[in-house]
Amino acid sequence: MSAADTTTPAKVPPPRQAPPPPAAARSGRRRATSGQAATPWLLLAPCLLILALVMAYPLVRLVTLSFQKFGQPQLWGFQSADWVGLTNFTQVLTDGEFWAVVLRTVVFAVGSVVFTMVIGMAIALLQQRVSGWVKTLINIVLVASWGMPVIVATTVFKWLFDSDYGVFNALLSKLPGVHMIGHNWFASGPEGLAVIMLLVVWGAVPFVVITLSAGLTQVPRELEEAARLDGAGAWGVFRYVTLPVLKPIIVMLTTLSVIWDMGVFPQVFVMRGGHPEAEFQVLNTYSYDRAFVVNDYAQGSAIALITVLLLLGVVAVYMRQMLKIGEVE
Amino acid sequence: MSATATAGRRRSRLGWNLLGLLVFVIAGFPLYWMLNTAFKPAKDAIDPDPSLLPTGVTLDNFRRALDISDFWGPVGRSLVVSLSVVVIGMVVGMLAALAISRFAFRGRKVVIVGILAVQMVPLVAMIIPVFLLLNDLKQYDKLTGLIITYLTFILPFTVWTLRGFIVNIPRELEEAAMVDGCSRTGAFIRVVFPLLAPGMVATSVYGFIQAWNEYIYALMLLSQEHQTATVWLGNFTTKHGTEYAPMMAGATMMAVPIVVLFLIVQRKMAAGLTAGAVKG
Repeated sequence: MSAADTTTPAKVPPPRQAPPPPAAARSGRRRATSGQAATPWLLLAPCLLILALVMAYPLVRLVTLSFQKFGQPQLWGFQSADWVGLTNFTQVLTDGEFWAVVLRTVVFAVGSVVFTMVIGMAIALLQQRVSGWVKTLINIVLVASWGMPVIVATTVFKWLFDSDYGVFNALLSKLPGVHMIGHNWFASGPEGLAVIMLLVVWGAVPFVVITLSAGLTQVPRELEEAARLDGAGAWGVFRYVTLPVLKPIIVMLTTLSVIWDMGVFPQVFVMRGGHPEAEFQVLNTYSYDRAFVVNDYAQGSAIALITVLLLLGVVAVYMRQMLKIGEVE
Repeated sequence: MSATATAGRRRSRLGWNLLGLLVFVIAGFPLYWMLNTAFKPAKDAIDPDPSLLPTGVTLDNFRRALDISDFWGPVGRSLVVSLSVVVIGMVVGMLAALAISRFAFRGRKVVIVGILAVQMVPLVAMIIPVFLLLNDLKQYDKLTGLIITYLTFILPFTVWTLRGFIVNIPRELEEAAMVDGCSRTGAFIRVVFPLLAPGMVATSVYGFIQAWNEYIYALMLLSQEHQTATVWLGNFTTKHGTEYAPMMAGATMMAVPIVVLFLIVQRKMAAGLTAGAVKG
């Protein structure tokens, strides 16, 4: 909140104080006094109305649902939804499977974020050292894979890792002593999730590279040179000059990645043909499963709500950073 | 001394370039393999030891992809939904963006933080209540229902992005126009609007791509017979297995227009931003 406080005054001085010429002044001044307070709210009204309907109402409903008993009979209106207090939450939180899902989701998200950030940073730094034409080639591929619809990318990875005809197994089998043809990557949870992680990282790296590359152009050359004169090696320059300058961007990218990777859904869902096995369940698919497969909408909502609460801390960091960057902009 | 230094630098440049080419090949491989499979004769696609180079070009897989189930219906529905969402999002979003970037008023901070926060709510968490809401409004399995649902993520995105573009246009330009006798609305239409146009185009295309790519809501809120293009791609997997080559043809048809749009906007987005900076 404090970050928000500092952003506003600098960027929005009280409007229209430059004295307009006399002719325009009268009408302008009148509007300034009578309509001024209402105008922004009038402009905002349609947006807020829509968001209230499609966002605020469902959010409130998500909370109320998680305190009710809500299954098929309530959905079709045969029974009214009864309040059950914290029953849904105690059921979820005392369920060992839920904690396994939480752990799996966190491990998956942390792994994805670390790989995304490290690979993204490495490619961004590499971009500064290669010739122009190589840079262009990499950029085209990055933007093209960034633009790939997630569903298409998932479908393509499913094909790459197909057990019998997938090119990945065929390539691995070309190595001496390796016979991978027929190997099913999705037979076990960890291996399958590793493939899904690869897909997520592949899709997320371009955004990180392009944002970091833009940031790298902002790193003052003189600072790097000064550090080098003081005897810093390549790592020293990176650690003590580049990294501190890029810190706000890195914080923003990391928090965004955490939010996205904790919320991974279509990749897992589509990769497992719409029915992820127990070993593949992450928080979002688990909540979906509870609601639409088991038909316990209330428990599904409770799980979704817990997910949102888990992410709240990360969201707070992200928003502070956004507002800080907004100040500089 | 300096000759060896340049030679050394050239050699290290060569090393970096080779590494860069490796990144290019690895990052581009999934795309290449999608295209490669899509144009392959079907019998070569199911080869346990596939040739990495194209083995011949055929359009059979595309024909098969169009045959498997209706393609143009889903594409038409995706177009209707995405275009409506973008138009509504741009009009409503523009008004809101103007309010938060050009007016000082009580509660402005709350609105900004609210719009930022709303973007952070995971879509999947909202499926259950949105499903119930549309069920109550009799909008389940209706395109209108999907359109209003998509506004949950398109609208905050549009407001936030447009705000960024508007903030980059110096206020003095508007003030100068008003000094010259324009009304506030006139100043906006004649001065701000033309400068904002590239940003608006970029934002619209981004929004369009997001709506077009959306999967979960489309899957949940529409029945099989009203499916959209992203859901259509799931039709290649039946209980008899997956027809991969036609599926890659389908994937190509889905991806190529979107990727091309994306490549164009990338540049426009950058151009829009720098144009604003130079004029500022």
